[in-house]
Amino acid sequence: MFEIFGVPSQALFGQLLIGLINGSFYAMLSLGLAVIFGMLNIINFSHGAQYMMGAFCAFFLLQYLGLGYWPALVIAPIVVGLTGVLVERLFLQWLYKFDHLYGLLLTFGLALIIEGVFRNYFGASGLPYSVPDSLKGGINLGFMFLPIYRAWVVVLSLTVCLLTWFLIERTRLGANLRAATENPTIVRSFGINVPRMITLTYGFGVGLAALAGVMAAPIYNVSPQMGADLIIVVFAVVVIGGMGSIMGAIVTGFGLGVIEGLTKVFFPEASNTVIFVIMAIVLLIRPAGLFGRGN
Amino acid sequence: MQDAPAVTQAPVQKRSYAVPIAFVVMLAFLLVAPHYTYPLIVMQGLCFALFACAFNLLIGYVGLLSFGHALFFGWASYVCAHLAKIGTISLPYWAGGLQWFVIPLPPLPPELAILGGTAVAALFGLIAGSLAIRRQGIYFAMITLALAQMMFFFALQMKFTGGEDGIQAVPRGKMFGVLNLSDPSTLYYVVLGIFLIGFLLIYRVIHSPFGEVLKAIRENEARAISLGYKTDRYKLVAFVLSAALAGLAGATKALVFQLASLTDVHWHMSGEVVLMTLVGGLGTIFGPVAGAFVIIAMQNYLSALDQWVTVIQGVIFVTCVLLFRRGIVGEIAALLRIKL
Repeated sequence: MFEIFGVPSQALFGQLLIGLINGSFYAMLSLGLAVIFGMLNIINFSHGAQYMMGAFCAFFLLQYLGLGYWPALVIAPIVVGLTGVLVERLFLQWLYKFDHLYGLLLTFGLALIIEGVFRNYFGASGLPYSVPDSLKGGINLGFMFLPIYRAWVVVLSLTVCLLTWFLIERTRLGANLRAATENPTIVRSFGINVPRMITLTYGFGVGLAALAGVMAAPIYNVSPQMGADLIIVVFAVVVIGGMGSIMGAIVTGFGLGVIEGLTKVFFPEASNTVIFVIMAIVLLIRPAGLFGRGN
Repeated sequence: MQDAPAVTQAPVQKRSYAVPIAFVVMLAFLLVAPHYTYPLIVMQGLCFALFACAFNLLIGYVGLLSFGHALFFGWASYVCAHLAKIGTISLPYWAGGLQWFVIPLPPLPPELAILGGTAVAALFGLIAGSLAIRRQGIYFAMITLALAQMMFFFALQMKFTGGEDGIQAVPRGKMFGVLNLSDPSTLYYVVLGIFLIGFLLIYRVIHSPFGEVLKAIRENEARAISLGYKTDRYKLVAFVLSAALAGLAGATKALVFQLASLTDVHWHMSGEVVLMTLVGGLGTIFGPVAGAFVIIAMQNYLSALDQWVTVIQGVIFVTCVLLFRRGIVGEIAALLRIKL
């Protein structure tokens, strides 16, 4: 044991790790929001609810089908992603020709419905979801104790984020996607099915949220409320980073998670609000966001 | 020149009586309603109607969607409740450590408590507004929501708000030293008066040259800028005005229910005022009033359904966005081809 700035190393690195974990979720969720916003010009307010659905999906798979964490990691994002496809086809596709504020209002309504229904059936308290056996336990690093599952969450989310970045910035499919963001009409004239691409993009973004939900289930418990307050923090993260850049969303997400963790050590009263304060400062200094390209 | 057609003059608009008639109908409803249902519910409706009108000033006439209006409503409610019950103000400042600057005040009469709450809401509106108008469209909504969430956490942590308990048993007192607000019917007419002042002020603002510039910004901000208008200043003034009126509604609500609580600063409240305005009709004068009464009535009559109320609100949101974007009053106005 040793101390840094009068804080025991255990506490400091422990909070740093929690910060990284929160940062993983901020990064994955803001990435999903950015991808959806890029294609649909809609801020997906139900993103938090869909994250919660991912966690519940993992819970159901274990409860009713006996399928554990590993299958859930694949199945839940696909199932929830498909509900996203349904939402886009049933509701969102009718709104593209109107002011994009209506998309925000519609997804806000959907979030109220989803969270309300889950709260009615499962109450407000959390349901436990245990860490898979293969990831139980931890390693003593000398300066801190590192639970293996938490390390896994950070590594997996970083991998998923970088894969998404690669998919969008470095592949043919991603190039089509970016082109369709810039000018859908011309891309259609090249024979690319843009409406289908929009639908799949929404499904993909929602799937990302659900994946984050499955990863969060063993850490935070599964509860109907888990996404509601998180999504507001993620909005602040998105404002800070700007939605123009995929890499920006990832860096901002992890960075803010770490800052929040450190605040818990040095000034615990401000840990709830530090991200919002940073947002206000960024708006004063760089109104377009750290990685933004202006409006 | 006498025969020359007056092409340069603005065409004389045919005078429409729709708005005065609708106003009389609304006033008649508000005078009769407390005799047929609980006056408390009608007063709740009036407070939320004013709140929704204030919100509508931004979304309907400047095109700015604020998703954090609970910040102004809730904080004004806290400040008003505190001033009416305790009075003493303690302000923190930094001098080598956290110090408190204390202004010893007795509990204030209701008119000053409401004024205090409104002033604080206006101040917060100035701060939040000058941050939020730095970004447009969808970002504006996210920024206002995030700032409101921040102030929610402050309200949760600060001592004077009473945390989870809120400020309870707020005395209503005597307004201007003569109007005893403990008397239900006096209270009702005072609340009605406050609502009407706010409502008519908003109507006046919308139909002033200032309001015309706001509408120009809503329609085409770039064009308004090119015509030489400093649109950011117009937006900020509109934001402060809207925040102050939302505060007036919140402060009045604190006296009516004798309670200020976390519910009023929570983002659910911000969502609710959006819903009321959407249901009534965005950008209509009477829409927010109709929407507020519909939603308040629904909440009171369906309160037995408890948790399902949130789900029903969500369904109304989705339905309105997909099918009734004009809202109740907007649909009626379109049907009768008038402006309401």
